[in-house]
Amino acid sequence: MADFLIGFGLPGWLAWLIAALVAAVLILNIIAGGALAFIWAERKIAARIQDRLGPTRTGGRFGWLQSLADGIKLLAKEDLMPDGADGLLFRLAPYVSFCASFCAFIALPFAFDVVGQRLNVGVFFVVAVLGLEVFGVILAGYASASKWSLFGAMREAAQVVSYEVPLGMCVVVPVMLAGTMDLVTIGEKQAGWFTSWYLFHDPFTFVIFWIYVTCAVASVNRAPFDLAEAESELVAGFHTEYSGLRWSFFFMAEYGSMFLVSALAAVLFLGGWNGPIPLATLAGLSEGTGDSAAYFVRLLGLANLIGKATLGVLFMMWIRWTLPRLRIDQVMTTCLKYCTPIAAVMFAGAMLWQLLLPAGLFPGWRRPAGEIREGWLEGPGGSAVGHGASVGAVAPTGDGVLATRSPR
Amino acid sequence: MTGGLAMGTFDVGSTMMLDTLLPMAAAGQWPPLALPSGAFALAAVNWHSVLFLLFAALTCGFAVAVVAADNVVRMALYLVFSLGSAAGLFFLAGAEFIGAMQLMIYVGGTLVLLVFGVMLTAQAPFVSIKPSSSDRTLAAVAGASLLALLLTAVFSVDAWRGPGAGVVPAPSATPLGMALVGVRVDDAPAGSPVTGRSGYMLPFEIVSVHLLVVLVGAAYLARAKRRKTPRAIDAVASSEPLDRVAAQVRAPGSPSQAPGAANRTAGGSSSALVGGGR
Repeated sequence: MADFLIGFGLPGWLAWLIAALVAAVLILNIIAGGALAFIWAERKIAARIQDRLGPTRTGGRFGWLQSLADGIKLLAKEDLMPDGADGLLFRLAPYVSFCASFCAFIALPFAFDVVGQRLNVGVFFVVAVLGLEVFGVILAGYASASKWSLFGAMREAAQVVSYEVPLGMCVVVPVMLAGTMDLVTIGEKQAGWFTSWYLFHDPFTFVIFWIYVTCAVASVNRAPFDLAEAESELVAGFHTEYSGLRWSFFFMAEYGSMFLVSALAAVLFLGGWNGPIPLATLAGLSEGTGDSAAYFVRLLGLANLIGKATLGVLFMMWIRWTLPRLRIDQVMTTCLKYCTPIAAVMFAGAMLWQLLLPAGLFPGWRRPAGEIREGWLEGPGGSAVGHGASVGAVAPTGDGVLATRSPR
Repeated sequence: MTGGLAMGTFDVGSTMMLDTLLPMAAAGQWPPLALPSGAFALAAVNWHSVLFLLFAALTCGFAVAVVAADNVVRMALYLVFSLGSAAGLFFLAGAEFIGAMQLMIYVGGTLVLLVFGVMLTAQAPFVSIKPSSSDRTLAAVAGASLLALLLTAVFSVDAWRGPGAGVVPAPSATPLGMALVGVRVDDAPAGSPVTGRSGYMLPFEIVSVHLLVVLVGAAYLARAKRRKTPRAIDAVASSEPLDRVAAQVRAPGSPSQAPGAANRTAGGSSSALVGGGR
């Protein structure tokens, strides 16, 4: 984009600045606009599950404008701070939460190559930054000078740090299958029909996807894992003392994180921006067909990814309003006694599957399209080895590594 | 939109601003993307250096703030910002893997520090820490001598004095991972058969086993002790969630701590907090 602006005669630094600002504003809008839409959806879904109607008046029959009205109400609220609070930390905490949620979006691809900053270690970056959101919660809990807030914050710390372990294990499996931590490459390797999604790669990845879902729900603090704001015990948990706009920053961060982990699930397991049916490919369009075709393909990919991520968020809402809240010891048991061992076993299983059945159960059934390693699997003639025998070799047992060595 | 929304990578111009003062800048590897020359209207300003200076100033400023603050939780927060800015420096230098590592290990590990800070300051005596003036003097002398030593060492390396590295392609994490499992794809000398000994398989395995031992040891030390004749009060104490907090919190983040010492701190402070909460 910066190159495009330079083409208009803008100086380089200005072009880079504008390009960066455009990306930042787009991401910000996805978080803020997404939060508006999701809050409305949450109200409607909660109401329907509880056999109510939900918002029906504001802005028409379905209450479309309810979130906007909520926003105006929050803006108009008085900004309260307890007497004993640590003023600086109290004011800072919502922004810390929001910034962590925002930063993780930088490395998230929305379609092929439509990404704020394509990082070679995208998965790692997103998981690392996502874990930082808890800082805001702990600060809020501490600075509020309220025991409810403090208890909520400490619960959150325990929960998030524990669930990072199985979450990391789940995330490693697609990384292993793709041979890279680059989110764009991982998404691109699942191109084709939905059978080439990593969800359907083998039974182990299918199981580990559901572990990922559990851990993702826990790591973004949604019910049934919302111990940090358990209103039946802790009034409102870590945000007991917050009101108005500061409070809403926590919620924007929460909905942003929900969208983020859903989009990450989509990229890692559900084919990313590749739809279940490769419509663009069937229509003969591809990135290389031409500029307008490339735009169309990316637009389609964008719609696909956002659709999948939205479905993920709706799934989390469904879970939230269906299951009762766990106790803190149950939360820990779920993590340590179930999620972590299952994830470890599935990780080992997926590895063995790659070694023993590299071509899948039915050779030729799945498209081996993307299963080419990044860089190091170059064959002797410069052509990539990856189709056929060494498809998806995990360990350096495939021919490809030998091929890199032998010609030298 | 062939570059997507790629942003944030800047050219290293031929004139490095303040390059003798910034040895780290030259030691880093630069992003490969080069702007067309002549596109700079403000050619005198090297924006890479400006960003470097910004992040470096943030890192140093928050590091000073850690020392100057007298509240443990604020200290931990400033440390988070300082370490985060250092991660920004790594990303600026194109070392993405190290940057993400910095975020994961150091910034994430500081979370544990923050939790301990919260646990400690829930009790009155630790809310504010004010060192005596002799302590301050001693610390200043020790810090200044260490800084002088480091600066001398850094400036004595000629290769770090200028932008000698030039434009280097952004390194990928894949060769690193391959090297850890014993295959050096980056360093295979021409004509020589590369054997399995060339990589870092053995150190990797040793470190992994060591970490596993630390994890098992931490779990052993942190588990609820079973008595032969259980007393009711112990049953209550061992089911206290905050004990689990302390046990959980330090396991993944900072494996290099001495497990026994950290665990004792955790147990003591959590029970203090619970006592204070009641």
